[in-house]
Amino acid sequence: MTATTQIRRNDQPIYLDYQATTPMDPRVLEAMMPYFTTKFGNPASRSHAYGWEAEEAVEKARAQIAALIGADEKEIIFTSGATESNNLAIKGAAEFYKDRRNHIVTTVTEHKCVLDTCRHLEQQGFTVTYLPVQKNGLVDLAELEAAVTDKTVVVSVMAVNNEIGVIQPLAEIGRICRAKGAFFHTDAAQAVGKIPLDVEAMNIDLLSVSGHKIYGPKGIGALYVRRKPRVRLVALINGGGQERGFRSGTLPTPLCVGLGEACAIAMAEMGAETERLGQLRDRMLAGLTARLPEIFLNGDLEHRIPGNLNISFAYVEGESLMMGIKNLSVSSGSACTSASLEPSYVLRALGVEEELAHTSLRIGLGRFTTELEVDTAVEELVRNVSRLREMSPLWEMAQAGVDLKSIEWAAH
Amino acid sequence: MAYSEKLIDHYENPRNIGSLDKAADDVGTGLVGAPACGDVMKLQIKVGADGLIEDAKFKTFGCGSAIASSSLVTEWVKGKTLDEAQSIKNTDIARHLALPPVKIHCSVLAEDAIKAAIADYRAKASAKDETKAAD
Repeated sequence: MTATTQIRRNDQPIYLDYQATTPMDPRVLEAMMPYFTTKFGNPASRSHAYGWEAEEAVEKARAQIAALIGADEKEIIFTSGATESNNLAIKGAAEFYKDRRNHIVTTVTEHKCVLDTCRHLEQQGFTVTYLPVQKNGLVDLAELEAAVTDKTVVVSVMAVNNEIGVIQPLAEIGRICRAKGAFFHTDAAQAVGKIPLDVEAMNIDLLSVSGHKIYGPKGIGALYVRRKPRVRLVALINGGGQERGFRSGTLPTPLCVGLGEACAIAMAEMGAETERLGQLRDRMLAGLTARLPEIFLNGDLEHRIPGNLNISFAYVEGESLMMGIKNLSVSSGSACTSASLEPSYVLRALGVEEELAHTSLRIGLGRFTTELEVDTAVEELVRNVSRLREMSPLWEMAQAGVDLKSIEWAAH
Repeated sequence: MAYSEKLIDHYENPRNIGSLDKAADDVGTGLVGAPACGDVMKLQIKVGADGLIEDAKFKTFGCGSAIASSSLVTEWVKGKTLDEAQSIKNTDIARHLALPPVKIHCSVLAEDAIKAAIADYRAKASAKDETKAAD
């Protein structure tokens, strides 16, 4: 099994949406299989071999996850996914410490599950500071430092953004939080296994992990909860007291095993994979910029995971472009296909104008992306962008030297 | 989102893409929408001496439904009188292409584009008549 094994059937489109989800690595599936059938025990059953066997598997997985982020296995809590982990980290800490601290700091480009959790807490009487980001998508450390007070219970800043792939300065944020006595939570769903993470060196107190973003199963995630100094949380789910009381419910052994295996594979292959994906990403970006004028990369290129590109193809609306590139599965920054017709709030937060935000695509490369797929994608994109520009009145006007900003458009 | 065959056909094989001479007396131009909203349509009609629309062209920045809506109306207006073209309703466009509810605004924009092109042509024609009367 090599990293470039083809798992796609030839009649399927080329998958370039690795930030949305990833296919499960066949090695992960293999590790999980026995725990669905023969090794089906409840890891909480202390009285017989079935339970011991399941418990051993779950504890091994816990250690595999911990190793990837420099944590102790006792600090890993299994959850249903990063959304639950984020909810538990932020709501749990806010609730526990509310008598002393009632303020939360986060950024405007967080995933919706963090933003919505913060909105919920605002309704409960907490104060939330939503920090803006700079044009490159990174948080301004001086602004962050100024926002954290002695009333701040938790600072929640994502490690890697899901739309633009930029990596926030985690170690610097951790240092600020530690100095001010606030807990540092990071949603690392897009970062785990892709960039080196070390909860000690980065002073991270709470860290959310997702299974399906790292070639593991859907429906499983984890939350790292620091023990020294101890972070206390009020549980969201009450019951039998599993997971040190932080998260009751019988552990899904096969999913835990899958997440552990996914972490172990990511840890072993991160170096080579980063290099390989970086080359593919550079190849795609170079191929597109050589043949298409007026395309713009959104978000910092240097502080970015190698598997993400977010590009505005000026004068071509994103959804029509997606309709044309039928053989490529990518995601549109304009979210026009979803219920909302608004362009991406992340791109707007970078100061990308609405005009350009409507023309953006998120292209995600991953473990099973091949050079041939990248080259095919470049061809399809160039062909369709060129065709749609020929059809675009804005392209025609821009080519004729008309300043589009000088026109009084009737907003509708 | 599943689109109708008719819509996909208009997106993949759009009819009447192009531009007519904006300055010509027998050409009316409608430019509607806004880049910030994600769709802009330019629709042009050329009116013959007999008062019938003899040609129509469009260019559209927008989603597939917007492209299909404008392509469709360029087909529909050809050979029609201005009054007939004026009576094309967005609901007819939406029904023909089976637009999903979130895309109804595309058909509204296409109706606006024809009306704007007709208004532009009529404004030019009446300006010419006034010039003639002044002679």
